[in-house]
Amino acid sequence: FFSKASSSLEDVGESSSETEEDDQPVRRQEGGTDLSPEYWGIQKLAKYVKGGDPTATLIALCSMRDLNLSQEACQLAIKDTGCLEVLINLLDTEEIKCQTGSLKILKEISQNVLIRHAIADLGGLEIMVKILDSPDTDLKCLAAETIANVARFKRARKTVRQHGGIKRLVELLECISVGLSCQAEDTETARCGALALWSCSKSTKNKKAIRKAGGIPLLARWLKCSHTNILIPVVGTLQECASEPSYRLAIRTEGMIEDLVKNLSSEHEELQMHCASAIFKCAEDEETRDLVRKHEGLQPLSVLLDNSENKQLLAAVTGAIWKCAISRENVLKFQEYKTVETLVTLLTDQPEEVLINVIGALGECCKEQENRGTVRRCGGIAPMVKLLSATNRALLVNVNKAVGGCAMEPENMAVIDSLDGVRLLWSLLKNPNPDVQASAAWALCPCVANAKNSGEMVRSFVGGLELIVNLLKSKDKEVLTSVCAAIANIAKDQENLAVMTDHGVVPLLSKLANTNNNKLRRHLAEAIAHCCMWSSNRVAFGETKAVAPLARYLKAKDPLVHRATALALYQLSEDPNNCVIMHENGVVKLLLAMVGSTDDALQEAAAGCIANIRRLALATEKAKYG
Amino acid sequence: AAMSRKGLKLLVDSLTRSAKHFNKSEVECLINLFDTLVARSSSQFAGAGFDRTVFRDTLHSAFGMTDDVVLDRVFSTFDRSNDGCITVVEWVEGLAVLLRGTLEEKMKYCFAVYDLNGDGYISREEMFQMLKNSLLIQPADEEPDEGVKDLVDLVLKKMASTYLLVPFLLQDYDHDGKLSFADFEKAVREEKLLLEAFGPCLPDIK
Repeated sequence: FFSKASSSLEDVGESSSETEEDDQPVRRQEGGTDLSPEYWGIQKLAKYVKGGDPTATLIALCSMRDLNLSQEACQLAIKDTGCLEVLINLLDTEEIKCQTGSLKILKEISQNVLIRHAIADLGGLEIMVKILDSPDTDLKCLAAETIANVARFKRARKTVRQHGGIKRLVELLECISVGLSCQAEDTETARCGALALWSCSKSTKNKKAIRKAGGIPLLARWLKCSHTNILIPVVGTLQECASEPSYRLAIRTEGMIEDLVKNLSSEHEELQMHCASAIFKCAEDEETRDLVRKHEGLQPLSVLLDNSENKQLLAAVTGAIWKCAISRENVLKFQEYKTVETLVTLLTDQPEEVLINVIGALGECCKEQENRGTVRRCGGIAPMVKLLSATNRALLVNVNKAVGGCAMEPENMAVIDSLDGVRLLWSLLKNPNPDVQASAAWALCPCVANAKNSGEMVRSFVGGLELIVNLLKSKDKEVLTSVCAAIANIAKDQENLAVMTDHGVVPLLSKLANTNNNKLRRHLAEAIAHCCMWSSNRVAFGETKAVAPLARYLKAKDPLVHRATALALYQLSEDPNNCVIMHENGVVKLLLAMVGSTDDALQEAAAGCIANIRRLALATEKAKYG
Repeated sequence: AAMSRKGLKLLVDSLTRSAKHFNKSEVECLINLFDTLVARSSSQFAGAGFDRTVFRDTLHSAFGMTDDVVLDRVFSTFDRSNDGCITVVEWVEGLAVLLRGTLEEKMKYCFAVYDLNGDGYISREEMFQMLKNSLLIQPADEEPDEGVKDLVDLVLKKMASTYLLVPFLLQDYDHDGKLSFADFEKAVREEKLLLEAFGPCLPDIK
């Protein structure tokens, strides 16, 4: 049992996500046409396999295993001599010993990408799936392990599914003995089944097939086992499948979070990594985030940050921490473990996949005021600002969020500004990717709000105001929303508002008014409200037909929309023409309802607006009737 | 010869102990079978046992074993007293290994089968004997026995400790290779498939 375990740990490392190799792999051209010495050796053995009875075949197969089958020259020799076909043909016989001998070789050589494609081309997978029905346990295990190797490309995975392989592999997980006592033989069979399922689970349709075949409760049961060599493929499979919401739900409801947390403390880094990855994916859901905390998973995650040598593990752990930090209670817990301090140390000299998660985590943590200070005191702002010059899209989005989070504190803002951070953020508005643009604009809001001499700072960015106003032409909703929010802040400075007006901010804002998106409506209304405070902008908004759509916003169910709209309408109502339009659109009735609101700003704006409209109406009456 | 009830019981108990792998009712069945076979056999042994021919026919029909050389050898391993007659003790104890032997017991059994002259070694010549019909397709340009000789060399390379350790593809080797039980046992423990390396001598349990 244990000798199999040691070789399988190497196998298991191989089975983790590889680069996709769906195109037919190209053979490296070797110099010269001479056949390798390995070729002749295999050729000789192949003679007995092709022309011998089962006894001779077995002798030859056993001898073949003494050759260095992990060497590419040998592997290719088996293919080139036609021996591969013979090995596959042997699988199709009823001779268990020959099938076993053949599979032992195929299992080794299928580590080679060319061989796996060849095995699939020769119909080897279908036969191996049939072998999964054999009563001989060793044979089934070998077949499953070989399938695990071959199924590393898409077409192979599809073939396995189409021939009923998934169902049979799931059956291998069925523990013969009752209860949690895992017998050695059952564990070995299940381990091989899990390895194969892990490889197969990379295809979306297979994830569904595994679920339909009842794989999830079986995986859950094995998750409670304590043997590492089966835990790794089981967690590997779950982690792979956790991209499906149905799996995330099952992982949660079948109590698997507890087991995943428990195994974070395993001695095996690979197991820890897969557990962390699974948590990373599952923590998209709030209930899971709560469960991780309840099962005391946050501390082991934090502790694992200290192992910064193993980058794959670090990436998984930082990812898990990032997503868990979306819940405030988890952030508070992380504070106890000084996680923020550790994360700051990971802002430098780390590979991108780690950085993205670290910064993501810090972004979430900085929603708490205390952590913003912590980041500054640990010297975290400088490396963060440096990352604003990165090129990776996902990284930039997270950096922007984090910088924006930090910028909520005026003390932090001073540091950011001194490092030229705001200018860097502003240039990101030029980035071709809308997610980067939007996150940069969002980050600019607190920057502009909290910087010293904010107006001057903004003006110092050459072409900056023109740039941001032009982003109002974007087709992306999130970009529009964030830019409106930024403009609302920028417009508080009169000079800058004047410049933006020159760049045509008013008609551009008006054009956006016809929207049903509440988030956009809210920030748009705020922008309009603030842009009213210059020259004849109020009139211009009326002329560019912003008023009527704004009136409709009052019918939305969102109180934040009401407040912003009321503010905008109040400002707009200083112009009589706008009052007329508002009156025609039934604004008074809607605003009356809001006068009694507990939101002071809303109350005031609503009252003020109604007052203006009434005053105009009165004046009109007087003018009409003398 | 008919046995008294008490005698039968003593026999069953004794065999159940010595054969180890059968329970009492199974031993009884085997004794009954033995009696049938004795009845079929020539009266040469006065009912004490049955002969080679009956043995071979039985194994052939029960387990599908067809190789004459092998069947002969199996008979010899069963017939420990070496008198050409299989007694009931030899029968039951022999079957115990054949059907339910542990790996150790099977290894000893197979080695004994393959050690044609019983000298404690499986020699090159003995291997040749056993494998000479294993090559079904002979390449036309080769001497007829070349293929089998090479096959024997393969086995020796794999299993014999007395063999000079040479890389597989070099062609010079010691012509005195032979397999001791220790060699055989070591090789089989590493690769179970080699248990019946020289031909099937165990029943195929399907």
